[in-house]
Amino acid sequence: MASAFGGPVSLTFQPIHACRKNKNTTFVASLAYVIEAAPLRVVINNREQHLKTKAGESPLLLQLRNITKRYGTYVANDSVDLALEHGQICAILGENGAGKSTLMKTIYGIQQPDEGEIVWNGEKVAVTSPSVARDLGIGMVFQHFSLFETISVVENISLTVPGSLPDLAEIIRQKADEYGLHVNPDAPVHGLSVGERQRVEIIRCLMQDPKLLILDEPTSVLPPHSVQQLFGTLRKLSERGVAMLYISHKLEEIRDLCHCAVVLRQGRVTGTANPRQATSAELARLMIGQDIPTARHAEAKPSCEPALTVSDLTYENPDPLGESLDSVSMAVRPGEIVGIAGVSGNGQSTLARILSGEIRLQGHMAGRIQVFDHPVGDAPPGTRRQMGVTFVPEERLGRATVPTMSLADNVLLTAHGAGLVRKGLIRRRQQADFADKCISAMDVRSRGRQSIASSLSGGNLQKFVLGREILLKPRILIVSQPTWGIDVGAAAMVRQKLVDLRDTGTAILMISEELEEIFEISDRIHVMYHGRLSPSVQARSVTAEDVGRMMMGEFDQKMRAA
Amino acid sequence: MMGRYALVQRSEVSLKSIMLVPLVTFVLALLGSMVLFGFLGAPPLEVLYRLLIDPLASAYNISEVVIKAAPLILIAQGLAIGFRAKVWNIGAEGQLIIGAVAASVIPITFPESQNVLMLPAMMLAGMIAGAAWAGIAAALKTRFNASEIIVTLMLNQIAVQILYFLINGPLKDPMGFSYPQSVSFPPVAMYPLLSDDGMLRANASILVVILLSIAALIYVTRTFSGYTLLVGGLAPSAASYAGFSAKKAVWITLLIGGAAAGLAGVGEISGPIGRLQPSLSPGYGFAAIIVAYLGGLHPVGILLAGTFMAIVYVGADGAIIDVGLPPAAPVIFQGMVLVFYLASFALVQYRIVRVQPEARA
Ligand SMILES: Nc1ncnc2c1ncn2[C@@H]1O[C@H](COP(=O)(O)OP(=O)(O)OP(=O)(O)O)[C@@H](O)[C@H]1O
Ligand SMILES: [Mg+2]
Repeated sequence: MASAFGGPVSLTFQPIHACRKNKNTTFVASLAYVIEAAPLRVVINNREQHLKTKAGESPLLLQLRNITKRYGTYVANDSVDLALEHGQICAILGENGAGKSTLMKTIYGIQQPDEGEIVWNGEKVAVTSPSVARDLGIGMVFQHFSLFETISVVENISLTVPGSLPDLAEIIRQKADEYGLHVNPDAPVHGLSVGERQRVEIIRCLMQDPKLLILDEPTSVLPPHSVQQLFGTLRKLSERGVAMLYISHKLEEIRDLCHCAVVLRQGRVTGTANPRQATSAELARLMIGQDIPTARHAEAKPSCEPALTVSDLTYENPDPLGESLDSVSMAVRPGEIVGIAGVSGNGQSTLARILSGEIRLQGHMAGRIQVFDHPVGDAPPGTRRQMGVTFVPEERLGRATVPTMSLADNVLLTAHGAGLVRKGLIRRRQQADFADKCISAMDVRSRGRQSIASSLSGGNLQKFVLGREILLKPRILIVSQPTWGIDVGAAAMVRQKLVDLRDTGTAILMISEELEEIFEISDRIHVMYHGRLSPSVQARSVTAEDVGRMMMGEFDQKMRAA
Repeated sequence: MMGRYALVQRSEVSLKSIMLVPLVTFVLALLGSMVLFGFLGAPPLEVLYRLLIDPLASAYNISEVVIKAAPLILIAQGLAIGFRAKVWNIGAEGQLIIGAVAASVIPITFPESQNVLMLPAMMLAGMIAGAAWAGIAAALKTRFNASEIIVTLMLNQIAVQILYFLINGPLKDPMGFSYPQSVSFPPVAMYPLLSDDGMLRANASILVVILLSIAALIYVTRTFSGYTLLVGGLAPSAASYAGFSAKKAVWITLLIGGAAAGLAGVGEISGPIGRLQPSLSPGYGFAAIIVAYLGGLHPVGILLAGTFMAIVYVGADGAIIDVGLPPAAPVIFQGMVLVFYLASFALVQYRIVRVQPEARA
């Protein structure tokens, strides 16, 4: 008898579910097998349902009727109706905070709707917990990660998928190869990068042979070629009858993959669209009610003296699984945005941590990083902040913010130097003002500064963190994945803010995986590949193809050849 | 076939269930002691009465409760600041002893003095010595990454040996025959009593403790330093991103905890004991760990939990004599409180999951 445990966790504040006996005698087959055999397979506990579907009695796999979910007085989902057929891939579109994740969590049984019902295969069901959802055949990949930090990848997966650890590890390796979702099954989760964690989540879900797959922004941190691989997988699954609810802010992806789209605004369904026919602009208009503005991006007028210089920085990561750096050099001048493109996992996060001071260089290496000609390589983060450098890291929850603290307390984290503390005492009024300013400047949708960070929707928390660092009026801003998880409208706003900040003379270093973003607002572009940084190219004189080639490491060969 | 089990954090922990933890702990520990001591022949209801009601039934008993509550609360306030930052100082007992020893040097050197500054000087000496003792653990932790748990625990033993050595040597009362104890302290070395009734031993140290509890409340809720410690405990990556030094947190918390324990040591020698002697504390330094957690690591909660613990201490002391409980009764009770607390708290915060499920039958 297999015992299964499922789901989400710790750092992410998604509920954990009971360890239940799972009567499902699911055997673990390779996904290829699942794809081949899925429609014919009769899983014991789902037998009737499955046969019924085969007999075609209920063409609809899932129906939501009138789902309403409130948090206190706040209505996060308001009488939502939705219908999904077998094999259909349906996009859920909506601004940050529209209630997309909330709706998905309701379907997956993490929380109960206050009103309305869920109909599964023509039968009304009460999805009281994620394990009930899994027994029905619902799988979910979460927006915030739900892995346990303290145990390894394969152990995490063994919580929901039966099988011995060595067997599971083998299957994970197979899947990793099959879908280009590379992870080491034995690596402890706490050492994994954001991208790797997402891959684990996806693999785990695929191993459970779901009938409905819920994907909450699964591609936000996947490299572009992996996205294509993932889409290939998803399409095959769909052909075999697996339905999907797909949340993403990347409209091109939705047009590429999805059969239908439902638009949520402020918790209500405000429209549907056929993503195959609509243009991205039309989808965006449906979503935010207006056209997406693109950032006004005049030619940069940088001064000559660099604000931030990195010279010949080599860093051997003591963690064998970590990313190392190999003679990285660059300079960022006041008044320009320098973009670092590249698939994540090529050293960007190490570089960001070295620049922020979370990883400190040995004293003799201090000069490899200079801020306005002062060596800072060995200086702690606080010292660098005092010199006017601020940072937006890629993990908004747990690193950029303390998940269990309010927004007000989270501004103190980095803004304490901006008059929020006097004689060691926290000045509550100034703190509240700063938080409010940050919330209104970035249009953070929350219930005010007392909201707990983890209760914010992903995109809104990201906007909050960006706002906090921008409001500090930095002389140098180092930002990783600035618009990760942000809706198209807000992303345009954020990019505009970055350009505006540049125009006030701030030196901005932007690390991003999104090429469009890099092209939209950077003035110069570097590419990172295997710990090496390409020479910079002028953003206005280079094509996407050039940069694409550089992302595959082509600059490297040239450099070696030279 | 057995799988491996792991504790896994729950995502949503309701405030209600957290508030319930101390209550459930109390009830279980009381039930547990009724059963356990019942086996030893003590009538269960009598035990309950002795532990909870009797300590509050007379002025004398209440005064005794105050005497025991003071050190428990004081030490727990100091430790809690560390525990919130996830710095595990379990050496308060040793820090208490070293604080008392250092402070006792003053009255032992000037046994006839009438200088009213003597008590303040002793308090200062006790705090500095306690902090210095804890500082050893901080130095080893920050320099060599030695576990502060092990170091503080072992320093307890060393502190006891130092006390034994000094009390049999330099600090011994030469006129005290073979008793290993110091001279009696002069009145200026003693905390003033709270009442004129010669029977009641409660003294002004409780006022100091209340003042310091208020200071602790301000420290954890209003100061930036307190905030940085909390961030370090809640989200170490966020603390490192913000540049809050983990080393500094280790130093601050251990020094505060040591100073509080050292001051509690002064409270003993300058209070109910009145001299330096081999036994200074019935394990306040350890019981305070329980008090800190039972109080939810919050200064106000600690005031309540410390009072409760003191009541049971006094009750158990009485019961040992009157109902014939074993002398270990108070310790057994504390042990039960700790175990039940940890169990209920763990189950509120975590779920048990099986990491490696059995192979399919
Ligand atoms: N546990 C909670 N307590 C209080 N409010 C919450 C909670 N969870 C979500 N909310 C609120 O409900 C609203 C909808 O959040 P949800 O996470 O569903 O948004 P979303 O559409 O997924 O946004 P994003 O695109 O940014 O991920 C938000 O305003 C959020 O602040
Ligand atoms: Mg969301």
